[in-house]
Amino acid sequence: MNKRIVYTDSTEKTHELGECLGRNVSANMVFLMEGDLGAGKTTLTQGIARGLGIKRNLTSPTFTILKIYHGRLTLYHIDGYRLEGVHQDLGFEELLEDDGLTVIEWAQYLEELIPEEYLKICIRLLENDIREFTFEAVGSRYEELLEVLP
Amino acid sequence: MTMILAIETSCDETACAVVKDGKEILSNIVSSQINVHTMYGGVVPEVASRIHVENISAVIEEAVRESGVRMEDIDAIAYTQGPGLIGSLHVGVQAAKTLALLYDKPLLPVNHMCGHIYANSFVSELKFPLMALVVSGGHSELVWMEDEWHFEVIGTTFDDAIGEAYDKVARVLGLGYPGGPIIDKMARNGKPHYKLPVPKTAGRYDFSFSGLKSAVLQLIEREKKQGNVIVTEDVAYAFQETALYSMVSKTVDAVKTYQPKMIVLAGGVAANSRLREMMRQEMEQIPETELVIPPMYCCTDNAAMIGAVGYIAWKHQEFGSFRDSADPGLTMPGEIN
Repeated sequence: MNKRIVYTDSTEKTHELGECLGRNVSANMVFLMEGDLGAGKTTLTQGIARGLGIKRNLTSPTFTILKIYHGRLTLYHIDGYRLEGVHQDLGFEELLEDDGLTVIEWAQYLEELIPEEYLKICIRLLENDIREFTFEAVGSRYEELLEVLP
Repeated sequence: MTMILAIETSCDETACAVVKDGKEILSNIVSSQINVHTMYGGVVPEVASRIHVENISAVIEEAVRESGVRMEDIDAIAYTQGPGLIGSLHVGVQAAKTLALLYDKPLLPVNHMCGHIYANSFVSELKFPLMALVVSGGHSELVWMEDEWHFEVIGTTFDDAIGEAYDKVARVLGLGYPGGPIIDKMARNGKPHYKLPVPKTAGRYDFSFSGLKSAVLQLIEREKKQGNVIVTEDVAYAFQETALYSMVSKTVDAVKTYQPKMIVLAGGVAANSRLREMMRQEMEQIPETELVIPPMYCCTDNAAMIGAVGYIAWKHQEFGSFRDSADPGLTMPGEIN
């Protein structure tokens, strides 16, 4: 199985979903997140941070493009929002080779960074705060991760 | 007499200043890149750091020349260590270290946000205990200062910074970058036509703007679906009133509880005309706390403010070392790491 769809209906449920991922993620993984403004990318990443045992509150990385948090694994939170149409060497490749977890929001604007294997998470805001999370695993390590999802 | 040379490159301004005794600005040179980044709808990190590299030498040279102070008479080099864009910060850090090494001067690493708070010291003597509302593209924080060298973050945003919310809403409305001044101006002609939900947070003094941003998007979608014309001014008005009121009311609540001698606004969003007006109105009920609203030139990034903090760091002997590096996520003392 390489695809799963999960729905949440509140911020708390989205945090719980992220936490579940964060608890089970292993070193050197990459998550790609896609979804419109306000879809819930940062909210899900907040949950992932909690699952990694990160105490500090995770906030949007849009302004600085990269934020780093230390927990069970180091979390590299990258945001491509400002990088649409810009091709540049940001030196982020070395982060992906590190033993942390890299979460990339607006990954479509950072194509050169996308590795061969990854977990892609597409988020859609439906009506009444219901959000649809489509998880697509590329690579066996990520397929195993799908098993832990609620 | 203490002379501090200060360097600031945390985002898109290359800046250098010479400040005497933390109070007197002898020179304050700022080279802005805003026109370059407007093209891209935001600051582009690699472009920013490349322009910093091109500008830094000339900016330092000009600041020293204009101050009339010889490098030999400078007591210490202050620089912004963080928070900010990693590539941009590096340029300032390297310049500071180079000068320190060349002229054998001590280094004073400074937190950029502390700099924004201290920008107010150029217009009014800071009185402690003090509360600061620090608002910018990357930050929204309530900072409690018992004394001049003690920073405690008592409230912060749980998702987007206020300036970022302005930028994103402006982009959705097709208004361009930076979003703050444009929305501020449009909202002046707006009417209370749309209603947006008041942001909710778990912490009493915390902020949240992500939900409000989503609500603006949903509002636009809904209006479009119903075939209604979206009145941009009214959306700007609804967004600005809701965002600022939630922030100002929490700030006033904190002032009532903590009872500081002074409350100061700081950071780029402190330039917002409605925020300034709202703070004046709301603070009328607490006349015992003095409100300081910084002049416009203090709100934007500059190096004089780094010099002001550098002077306090100098007084407290908080010197840095050559091993220190740029820290994009640098926290103020009192913030959880």
